Amino acid sequence: MSINNELVTVNFGPQHPSMHGVFRMRVTLDGESIVDIEPVFGYLHRGTEKLAEERTYVQIVTLTDRLDYVASMSNNLAYVSAVEKLCDIEVPKRASYIRVIVAELQRIASHLMATGFLLQDLGAFGTPLMYCFREREKILDMFETLCGARITLSYMRPGGVFQDTPDEFWGQLDSFMGTISDQISELESLITGNEIVLSRTRNIGILKPEEVINGSLSGPMLRASRVKWDLRKANPYEVYDELDFDIPIGATGDTFDRYLIRVKEMRESIKIINQCVSLIKPGPVRNEDVPLVIRAPENEAYAAVEGPKGELGFYLVSDGGISPYRCKIRAPSFMNLSLLREMAIGTKVGDLIVNFGSIDIVLGEVDR
Amino acid sequence: MSFNQLNKFMGDLLPFLPDSLLFIMSGIFMAAGICTTLIGIGSVYTWFERRVLAKFQSRIGPNRWGPFGLLQPIADAVKLMLKEDIIPRTADKLVFIAAPIIFLATTLMVYSFIPLGEDSQLGGGNVALLFVLGITSINALTVFMAGWASKNKYAILGSIRAVAMLISYEVPMAVSLMGVVMMSESLSLVGITKSQSTIPYILIQPLGAMTFMIAAIAEMSRAPFDMVESESELIGGYITEYAGMKFAAFQLSEFLAPIFTSAFFTVLFLGGDSGFSFIPGIFWFSIKTFIVTCILLWFRSTWPRLRIDQIMGFAWKVLMPAAILNTLLIGLEIVFIGENYLLQIIINFLAASLFIYFIANVLGQKRLVLEKPVPSELANMDANR
Repeated sequence: MSINNELVTVNFGPQHPSMHGVFRMRVTLDGESIVDIEPVFGYLHRGTEKLAEERTYVQIVTLTDRLDYVASMSNNLAYVSAVEKLCDIEVPKRASYIRVIVAELQRIASHLMATGFLLQDLGAFGTPLMYCFREREKILDMFETLCGARITLSYMRPGGVFQDTPDEFWGQLDSFMGTISDQISELESLITGNEIVLSRTRNIGILKPEEVINGSLSGPMLRASRVKWDLRKANPYEVYDELDFDIPIGATGDTFDRYLIRVKEMRESIKIINQCVSLIKPGPVRNEDVPLVIRAPENEAYAAVEGPKGELGFYLVSDGGISPYRCKIRAPSFMNLSLLREMAIGTKVGDLIVNFGSIDIVLGEVDR
Repeated sequence: MSFNQLNKFMGDLLPFLPDSLLFIMSGIFMAAGICTTLIGIGSVYTWFERRVLAKFQSRIGPNRWGPFGLLQPIADAVKLMLKEDIIPRTADKLVFIAAPIIFLATTLMVYSFIPLGEDSQLGGGNVALLFVLGITSINALTVFMAGWASKNKYAILGSIRAVAMLISYEVPMAVSLMGVVMMSESLSLVGITKSQSTIPYILIQPLGAMTFMIAAIAEMSRAPFDMVESESELIGGYITEYAGMKFAAFQLSEFLAPIFTSAFFTVLFLGGDSGFSFIPGIFWFSIKTFIVTCILLWFRSTWPRLRIDQIMGFAWKVLMPAAILNTLLIGLEIVFIGENYLLQIIINFLAASLFIYFIANVLGQKRLVLEKPVPSELANMDANR
């Protein structure tokens, strides 16, 4: 007797509990094993790059909020860096420190969210996710003090930040920095040694250094595969060259390493913030020479920052008008997706979800 | 009130009816009583589970409707009843409708075997244990019925997983109960409870209790074995296409399952209603069941899910040997040691620890030793400087 196998094609997404947003994977399954996978995206395409061509340089800041909506600060920072490079704008020292502090806070928030959702994809019923969200909530509260918004912040401006920090902010930051280390340790004690987490994530979805470089990956995905590359050290922007911090790298490049890298990076961010708090001095936070409507010289500029998800770059071309002629966004989430197929083929359905969760994408950035 | 009392009461009340009719009538009344009580308990338990899970997860949980959100189950029930009852056009209608009914019926049925006291009618039956095991295994069939009849790919995938998993875990679950049956020399649940009046079996058979507990969690398909529904992978597994009251029937039986498992565990391993005699047995029973329920909740809120091949491997490579080892040990002890409980406890605990240590070292993940990462040569920014 022969058993007839038939391949089944299943859609994961665009509306699916494990899809982070409206991503769609057309998966061909042989029983539980994955034979083929075809990513389909574009459901959240809003034409950000085109919209940017008819907004002034300051107005575009609000568009960048909506790219990676769990890390708006990093988007703001990447965009204003590009504008500052394009127009040669000086940034006051205090503004630079504030930018680094909020960018690192944003990195902690984004990594917390990535870790929480990875565990949710692993099937932990909400507990690690809620622990992560509890901490993220405090960061969002701080941002609210800072600029009145929690998600779409638009805090940075070409030439500085929107306003100086209110006094309450430093109190909030102090109490947050006092507890976050312990909270991360608590989270780690729940996850890192857990037998089920280890058996689900170790040696799953291994990416080799050649592969990640050829796939143009960046951020924690790249560093988990033993490639030591971080723009904060390799090409320092703002005040990162004055600060002392490590670049953690993974040992094997599996899903567990990608989780571990994020936890380690959170600890490094805490170190950076503590240094910035001790180094920051009173002073102006905004370059007053920058006009509200910037008229950039005929030029082009590319500036990139190490966002929570990887190298986030803005490429601006100006024709001398009040809005850019072209605005290209190098979105790390989109680039990091390029190896999804290599990671997934041959694994089980459960692994697919976990590998996908470990990439940590935000669809606002993938589809732009 | 037990069945015999009810039957006698009916006889006094309606003396003109024949005995057979009275018997059937009291049976129907009893069943109606059990079903109503259980559905009530199940609804309250949904509230309890949500509140306790919320506490585990450092959030608040349902607290809007009634004191402490106690009326939440009513709101849920009303909402589910008012929902449109959808049957997919391509579904196999008869099987699709039958699946939730059978699922709920079997869950309610097994409850009547739980002996709350010594005069339990069905729990005292001489094959009660076998009967319970038999009925609970219908579970796998109904899940497959639901999944197959839905004609939905997620549902079919979920039900294939369900059949594979539920059938695998049935075997170690049944074998782990052999020790209990051998020691109590009885298949009736009342007999098993009675034989534990001196010492509960969990102390004598730690390995058996553990195996049963784990297998039972898998049978209920709750975390870390919630492969069947696996919300983040298959949306809802076999319940994907269900809505309204059919969905409610599935949910209700899923919420009733942990209570039954706790009660069953209490009967088999914790000595049922036995305890210090100044507190009535029913209270002992409730307290023990409650504690086991809380432990199950604790498991659920803490652990991630295993992958399907790991789950199957766990059933056959770990639980099955454990169950057989437990049976073997208990058999040998009954023959050679007899009633020396202290010696049995020592031997069995030693055996259990050794077994767990051995299995963990052979099959488990190696202790997490974080290797020192070596930066790749391809792009090392320290080297560039």
